Amino acid sequence: MAEGKALSFQDLILTLHAYWGKQGCVILQPYDMEVGAGTFHPATTLRALGPQPWNAAYVQPSRRPTDGRYGENPNRLQHYYQYQVIMKPSPANLQELYLGSLVEIGIDPLVHDIRFVEDDWESPTLGAWGLGWEVWCDGMEVTQFTYFQQMGGYDCKPVAGELTYGLERLAMYIQGVDSVYDLKFNDAGVTYGDVFLANEQQMSKWNFEVADTDKLFRWFKDCQAEYGRCIEANVPLAAYDQAIKASHVFNLLQARGVISVQERASYMGQVRDMAKGSCEAWIASNADAWSAKFPGWTA
Amino acid sequence: MTDFLLELRCEEIPARMQLKASEDLARLFTEELARAGLKPAAIDSFVTPRRLALVARGLPLETAAVSEEHKGPRTSAPPQALEGFLRKTGLTQDQLEDRDGVWFAVVNKPGRATMDVLAQTVPAVIRAFPWPKAMRWGVASQTTESLRWVRPLQGIVAILGEQLVDIVVEDVRSGYATLGHRFHHPGAITIGGADDYVEKLRACHVIVSHQERQAIIAAKAAQAAAAHGYTVIEDKGLVAENAGLTEWPVPLLGDFDPAFLEVPPEVIQLTLRINQKYFVLRDAAGKLAPAFICTANIEAKDGGAAIVAGNRKVLAARLSDARFFWEQDRKTALADHAQKLARITFHEKLGTVADKVERVAKLARWLVEEGIVKGADADLAEQAARLAKADLVTEMVGEFPELQGVMGGYYARAEGLPDAVADAIRDHYKPVGQGDDVPTAPVTVAVSLADKLDTLVGFFSWGLLPTGSKDPFALRRAALGVIQLILENRVRTSLNGVSYGHAMTVMRQLTSESLTHWQGVLLNYDELPIEKKIQLNEKLSGENPETWAGFEIPPNIAHAMVTFFADRLKVQQREAGVRHDLIDAVFALGGEDDLVRLLARVHALQSFVATDDGANLLAGYKRAANILKKEAVDPAIVPAAPSEPAEAALLAALDAAEPLAARAVTDERFADAMAALATLRAPIDAFFESVTVNDADPAKRAARLALLDRVRAAVHGVADFSKITG
Repeated sequence: MAEGKALSFQDLILTLHAYWGKQGCVILQPYDMEVGAGTFHPATTLRALGPQPWNAAYVQPSRRPTDGRYGENPNRLQHYYQYQVIMKPSPANLQELYLGSLVEIGIDPLVHDIRFVEDDWESPTLGAWGLGWEVWCDGMEVTQFTYFQQMGGYDCKPVAGELTYGLERLAMYIQGVDSVYDLKFNDAGVTYGDVFLANEQQMSKWNFEVADTDKLFRWFKDCQAEYGRCIEANVPLAAYDQAIKASHVFNLLQARGVISVQERASYMGQVRDMAKGSCEAWIASNADAWSAKFPGWTA
Repeated sequence: MTDFLLELRCEEIPARMQLKASEDLARLFTEELARAGLKPAAIDSFVTPRRLALVARGLPLETAAVSEEHKGPRTSAPPQALEGFLRKTGLTQDQLEDRDGVWFAVVNKPGRATMDVLAQTVPAVIRAFPWPKAMRWGVASQTTESLRWVRPLQGIVAILGEQLVDIVVEDVRSGYATLGHRFHHPGAITIGGADDYVEKLRACHVIVSHQERQAIIAAKAAQAAAAHGYTVIEDKGLVAENAGLTEWPVPLLGDFDPAFLEVPPEVIQLTLRINQKYFVLRDAAGKLAPAFICTANIEAKDGGAAIVAGNRKVLAARLSDARFFWEQDRKTALADHAQKLARITFHEKLGTVADKVERVAKLARWLVEEGIVKGADADLAEQAARLAKADLVTEMVGEFPELQGVMGGYYARAEGLPDAVADAIRDHYKPVGQGDDVPTAPVTVAVSLADKLDTLVGFFSWGLLPTGSKDPFALRRAALGVIQLILENRVRTSLNGVSYGHAMTVMRQLTSESLTHWQGVLLNYDELPIEKKIQLNEKLSGENPETWAGFEIPPNIAHAMVTFFADRLKVQQREAGVRHDLIDAVFALGGEDDLVRLLARVHALQSFVATDDGANLLAGYKRAANILKKEAVDPAIVPAAPSEPAEAALLAALDAAEPLAARAVTDERFADAMAALATLRAPIDAFFESVTVNDADPAKRAARLALLDRVRAAVHGVADFSKITG
């Protein structure tokens, strides 16, 4: 692409913020916990439930410990950024809004080949699924586009539309660089590598080699216990935090290779139960208010 | 007569669903119209990623008037009956006709305007549409009752002649307007009717015909390839898929670094086709060319330069990954990869893949050592079996599961293992289904058979059999594979014996860890009488009911397997024109579990029953069997000596035919066995013609029944004719 005018990594984010802000989205900050994807942010998971309209956009750092490559792979990272948009109910022109955002960041759809290719999404850990596409730009997947049908095992009423942009990938494409570490972070000479290379090297080492597995197992149990207390105390948002924590600890245990194939399903089931239980409690604590405001609505 | 245009526009329909959806629309629409008495002269169907459309040609403007006659109660019937009839027909008594004491109602239904019929038909079709997966969306999805469609439905065009058919489905109302190409013509365009639909959209960069887009893709891809001296490797599925991803297909050629060609061609092909939906090219020498064709959906302003550049980059990244896997995987010997199989569960009841490999290795070796698979080296068979699954833990197969086996073959060769071993690793999953190549290399046959038999025995051990259309472990396919391997290679063996023996292996392996104290008993399992075996099984179950509930004992497994094979064989042979009742007739004899011999016998039988002699013998057999079924013989009665000439003749014929048939069967000369039986035909016919079986003299009767019983037994020496239909 046109390197001269190409957006820096931070300008890419700022451009998307400005664009989605104009479409009526609240521009949120990242959730301050380790999560595997932008969908885990309560602004998506929990807000996808219930009848009240909700439009939000935010960047979410996503941690995938097993994807770490010690900073040696040009496009695999254990920590990267997703740009997340959620609009509920899904507007009739969501595809057009999305395509407008591509134009905004410098992708001309009469020069570049944009395609919506079937890709249905499901997250067993969140008890969620939806239908949609991966969006291709010249053969590269740049965004996941999903209409949520269920979350936490509950039907989404109404359905939310979710867009997840892979920011590094998109930036690499716009800037025409082959390694994520060569991305211009800003226009003042700072690269993505300057900011994150050491982080990738050290965190990969910690994820794969150093992390104390006894502690991790203990933390998982502690999260579960605390989750139970939160549910009892009827603080579903706090319960959901514990579910997120447990999910990340589980991912770390996976990276350390200490969970067997057989145990894996059981751990995933435990995380799912916590996520679903949080959704259930969230709905229960809001159901009366929601029904009052949206007559006819039921969980 | 006039034409009707319907277009249902929505967000991108998955490519794989489009052709089926197009057929479904035409079918449902025709069915709904038929209900109203309308039949279009023809239907043209169109589908693109963003629209499903049809043109129904030659519709009348209204449906024909219909006169329906209903018969009512007798005029003498109680008044309630008449009232009911009037309610049903909506008429009054003076409108009824009295025909010979019975009320008749004649209801004249006037014709309906086709416009009205369509206004009802289209919403019904939309609501009943059978998408494989459908979704809710937007404001309406506040309830789960809202309309479901494959992706959000956005517009309806419904024009009869030049008139708009007013249709409202959820919040979509029909109109004359649709949209052209998403990027070339984003604004609304107005359609006049069926006649200008195709061309108006073409002018707006949308080719509505799936077939036409396919033709364009195939032709332009071929052209682009030819311009570089390449040819496109034909792939109809990929042409259709790309036609399902574009409204205005533009094939573009790009190249990649020839250095990537060191990676096995299967890997490159899959990367191009599956991941990127690119066409694969060959050079003039028939080798994979370092180039690809992608199908864009726009006529790009720069002629496609940016699109090709972008796709090249994506492909280069993918091929780099593939090359990395190819290099990485080869740094570890297959035998070392195989160690990791202990971490993969094959099935919770059947242990890890390493456990399976152990069993398969044992069985493969045994099949060779017993001479069941001929011409193979037992050591090589065992070695191949031990390495056959190792590629499952390689990076490449993790990325491309469809390359299982193929990659193992490459890695084995790269390690310098014998060709027979590499070939067996590569081909041991074959045959996969009826049309697939059946391996013939002896080592491959041994491993392939062992792998499939182990899968079957394993799942049969736990009674995890296919039910109805559900076959989650693909056991039917495994059995079909065994049948094909056996028949193609003329593998002579008792399936019962092999199954039994291998069931023992499974049992010992599964029980050895958890129930070591049974080891001694199990070692002598073969010698145990059946009651002991059952007892043992009960004890196993009792030991840990949850763990062992449902575990079968080897004799039961072997029996169930043979029955399963018989069923699969019938299905498999149906295509070859072999009658399933004849397979039953041979299976019913019991003890026949050598498929090669069984089929030889069935073939001979099929030829025989097609002859005059065969058909008559069958008739005679059935008559004899019927009589025997009805008549009981008192064993105290001493049969008389033959008193009629026909009796004596039949007896003599049996004396002559029986040993001939028996020897022929032993020697597997089944046509000769049939010929021996054929000599019975005339004497049997003569017997039935001149002899009364039910003679008043009980001794004569007993003698004649005994004779018929011999006939039946003689026939059963070859096949159980009672199973033969007709």
